[in-house]
Amino acid sequence: MGNALIRFAGVGKTFNSSERIVCAVENVDLDIARGELITIVGPSGCGKSTLLNMAAGLFQPSAGAVFYDGAEVTAYNLKTGYITQNDHLLPWRDVAGNIAVPMEIQSRSRPDIRSRLEELVGLVGLNGFERSYPSQLSGGMRKRTALARLLAYDPETLLMDEPFAALDAQLRLNMQIELLKISRRLNKTIIFVTHDLDEAVALGDRCVVFSPRPGTIRQIIKSPLPRDRDLLQLRHDPSYIALTADLWDIITPTLAQTRGEAN
Amino acid sequence: MKGAPSTFRINALRLALLAVILIAWQLASGTLVPIFFISEPTAIAAQLYIWIADGSLFFHTLITATEAFAGFFLGGALGICTGVLLGRVKLLADLLDPFIMAFYSLPKIALAPLFILWIGIGMDMKIALTAVIVFFLVFLNTYTGVRNVSRELIAILSLMGANERHVLTKVVIPSAITWVFAGLRISVPYALIGAIVGELIASNRGLGYLLTSSAGQFDTSGVFAALIAIMILAFILNTFVKLVEKKAMPWKSFEATRDVTI
Repeated sequence: MGNALIRFAGVGKTFNSSERIVCAVENVDLDIARGELITIVGPSGCGKSTLLNMAAGLFQPSAGAVFYDGAEVTAYNLKTGYITQNDHLLPWRDVAGNIAVPMEIQSRSRPDIRSRLEELVGLVGLNGFERSYPSQLSGGMRKRTALARLLAYDPETLLMDEPFAALDAQLRLNMQIELLKISRRLNKTIIFVTHDLDEAVALGDRCVVFSPRPGTIRQIIKSPLPRDRDLLQLRHDPSYIALTADLWDIITPTLAQTRGEAN
Repeated sequence: MKGAPSTFRINALRLALLAVILIAWQLASGTLVPIFFISEPTAIAAQLYIWIADGSLFFHTLITATEAFAGFFLGGALGICTGVLLGRVKLLADLLDPFIMAFYSLPKIALAPLFILWIGIGMDMKIALTAVIVFFLVFLNTYTGVRNVSRELIAILSLMGANERHVLTKVVIPSAITWVFAGLRISVPYALIGAIVGELIASNRGLGYLLTSSAGQFDTSGVFAALIAIMILAFILNTFVKLVEKKAMPWKSFEATRDVTI
């Protein structure tokens, strides 16, 4: 990957809390090309979210540097849109109001916002809930609202931290198809963190496997699947099945390790 | 909700309780306790009727209400602005903290003589006194609210390219507004304290004056009638704040009425 859009160069991050120093990630070297969809899998607590936070510029790495489009990320990276594990919706705004926030910040015209809003609400299947407040929604619906809000401001790069974890299987497949479509059509660069190995294989152009804490890259697997894959037919694709099995084999020893750590 | 009494029933019970209290009062005065000390409900009602009929109750209530409302709005508005400003500008807050706390611990009523020296014994003095009392309560609440705004929400909006104005209007103020209203609600009785005590100290108008002049004439019925008028005024102010609160925070009423899930 010659011209990486996002480059993690020897990135490490330690957090100092009062009781102890936690090393979240270590020695991460990763180049992500423009338009690439990278999935990151690994046990919980292995610093996957930390990586996204640094790409978004929420904090700096303690070692190494993160580069975006050639420049070091030192402040909030406005080229990225971030969908976090917690949906972080504004509780005082209803669904429509939440989705409209980024568009209001971009000072788009009212009719423009309204038409885009309708589109997005339909896309994430929240028709009829436009006037509901987050406290009235289920976890999955809140996630979908957050996703619609992310798509509303159309950032160049999407940082997604387990965005579909709370969704049921059908809806999740729909959202995956939609995400893939968006990434291909608009050539979005996406870093997608997930626990779900199937999802990681189904979506990723490359799949990055992390080791348990301190998180380091264990392996990067390039997907043999075509870029315009058909997620509905994937279940029958032998290379998909083989890759998922491979991933399980890579992850399993670390599972034992995390279990051992817990004992 | 099943099992909870209907609004009608609870209101009926409240009226019944009030009636019992009034009857007991009426029976007790002149028998258990001398009328001089606790007057009697009929005499108080008669006194209230006289004051209503000659317009003096309305006149004095209007004076006190104006002072309380004006002081409440002035102090509240200043408190909110200062609270938001100091909440957002950490340096300023750190700088001013000891001064603010020093002023806060001062009993505000003790400022009354100073205000009389500065602006005389007119309504301005009561408004100033009320405003100072309300200011601190609203300011401290607003400040705490602004400091407690979720930093994650601010970060999320900053990533969307939000500037300080966006962060203020879309996150900070809506988030702090719960605290602001908590401050405003506890300020209501204090606003009345400011106005009434101001009138007690120096005045020839207002409910506080009505109170002292009745007491000066050993007119217990008048004292109680004035107290009732003050209570009614407090009730109106309270209701007003609650109404505005409901209008300003529509998402809250949903949170209050939805079924609890965990």
